[in-house]
Amino acid sequence: MEEHHVGITVEVNGRPHRSTVEPRTLLVDYLRDDLGLTGTHIGCDTGQCGACTIIVDGQSVKSCMVLAVQADGAHVRTVEGLAQDGRYHAVQQGFWEKHGLQCGFCTPGFMMQSVQILEDNPDPSDEEIRDALEGNLCRCTGYQNIVEAVKAAGATIRSGAETMAVGTGVGA
Amino acid sequence: MHPAPFAYKAAHSVEEALQLLRSHEDAKILAGGHSLIPALKLRLTQPALLIDISKISSLRGIRRENGKLIIGSGTTHREIEKSHLVAEASPLLASVAPQIGDVQVRHRGTFGGSLAHADPAGDWPAAALAVDAELVIAGAHGTRTVHASEFFTGMLTTVIQPDEILTEIKVPGEGTPGIYLKHRNAASGYATVGVAVTATHDHGRIGTVTIGVTGATPVAFRASVVEHALNGHAVSAHLLDEAASHAADGLECLSDIHAPAAYRSQLVKVMVRRALGKLLHA
Ligand SMILES: Cc1cc2nc3c(=O)[nH]c(=O)nc-3n(C[C@H](O)[C@H](O)[C@H](O)COP(=O)(O)OP(=O)(O)OC[C@H]3O[C@@H](n4cnc5c(N)ncnc54)[C@H](O)[C@@H]3O)c2cc1C
Ligand code: FES
Ligand code: FES
Repeated sequence: MEEHHVGITVEVNGRPHRSTVEPRTLLVDYLRDDLGLTGTHIGCDTGQCGACTIIVDGQSVKSCMVLAVQADGAHVRTVEGLAQDGRYHAVQQGFWEKHGLQCGFCTPGFMMQSVQILEDNPDPSDEEIRDALEGNLCRCTGYQNIVEAVKAAGATIRSGAETMAVGTGVGA
Repeated sequence: MHPAPFAYKAAHSVEEALQLLRSHEDAKILAGGHSLIPALKLRLTQPALLIDISKISSLRGIRRENGKLIIGSGTTHREIEKSHLVAEASPLLASVAPQIGDVQVRHRGTFGGSLAHADPAGDWPAAALAVDAELVIAGAHGTRTVHASEFFTGMLTTVIQPDEILTEIKVPGEGTPGIYLKHRNAASGYATVGVAVTATHDHGRIGTVTIGVTGATPVAFRASVVEHALNGHAVSAHLLDEAASHAADGLECLSDIHAPAAYRSQLVKVMVRRALGKLLHA
């Protein structure tokens, strides 16, 4: 199968990675297995649940529906890249503050889609948030708190307020 | 679920993609991959080579030329959804786009891929029929243009030959009022039935109505009987009732655990009526 391997260069959370992959490798498996970035979850593997949502070149995608070779040359953002300089992303803080998660399985996907929503429009209406979260399923929290989390994150972003330090609230 | 092994090549021009198609026996085009990758995972298809056309910039974009909208086959559902040009020139297409899948799916899936795939529950085929889209197909001997009415030949099949590529789609761009109504399968989000309707009217008289229906049958179709019963007549609720009641005449509807044939046929009639009511205000 050697001739079937392809070299790719992908920038993930600001770090370039050069890898050799089989063309059939899914982007989500490349992130999890080759790069060890297991924050991106696999829920359904059929494009339904959104747990594997990441952002590729500024657009949220379900990484179980994309081949790693298709991301050659792309800028990829995953949940691991959300916190910056020791501070949580406003979306992470929003989910923490508003209790936007229970088991947390769906959360990385929800947070990445929430980042997309707020980058498209930092002040979305409830309806716009619900519409844009249509491709993400949560089986425990219920969507109310998730919508509240996105709204809180939007407010933080608009206010320009500093977010809390990574680690805040752990064990609290 | 993992696809069987295949080789992969990204093409950078239509010429290169056509050349690759010609020189490889068992090759398949990869656009957004949102129908092909699921099929590869289930091993419903096991091509030897995937030719990625998503990096060909000439296949992407929306422009208006001589009153027509010209949409590159690689334009994503999301690009169509967000296009002001489409909103103005083709309300029907603008109505379809946001109803496809979800934001993530719309970021990847393409207009041309959806038409070429011809899924019986796909949304775009109904709209392409209703606007009588012209589909431009490139092959070894140049390009040919096929009307939507002749493009879909059966379930998951179109006139596109294995060595051809759909490059662009031309649709009328005069802003004709149109609407897409979709009865979504609660789990998959695909259409159980979808109806795409355009209609013009003037001083209470109907000009031209066009109706494309997806989801009901193995291949999307034009509800010509209904169109003929309406064109040129005075608008009335009674006329719309009567015409829509024939929307499923003679149809052999699909049947599955989600919707038996009789239910689909009822949906076709009800949804055609609703769409007509919204466009003709009766
Ligand atoms: C979770 C999920 C939900 C979805 N929901 C919906 C929905 O509600 N409604 C709906 O309509 N669709 C839905 N889809 C399908 C989606 O719209 C696909 O994007 C679309 O059907 C295929 O487009 P693509 O660009 O992804 O094509 P691909 O998957 O890349 O290709 C599909 C087929 O067409 C061929 N092909 C592609 N482009 C060309 C071309 N230019 N010339 C010749 N052949 C070509 C390929 O070889 C392949 O056989 C959904 C998909 C997923 C994963
Ligand atoms: S794992 Fe990708 S959408 Fe569910
Ligand atoms: S928090 Fe458990 S699935 Fe969403």
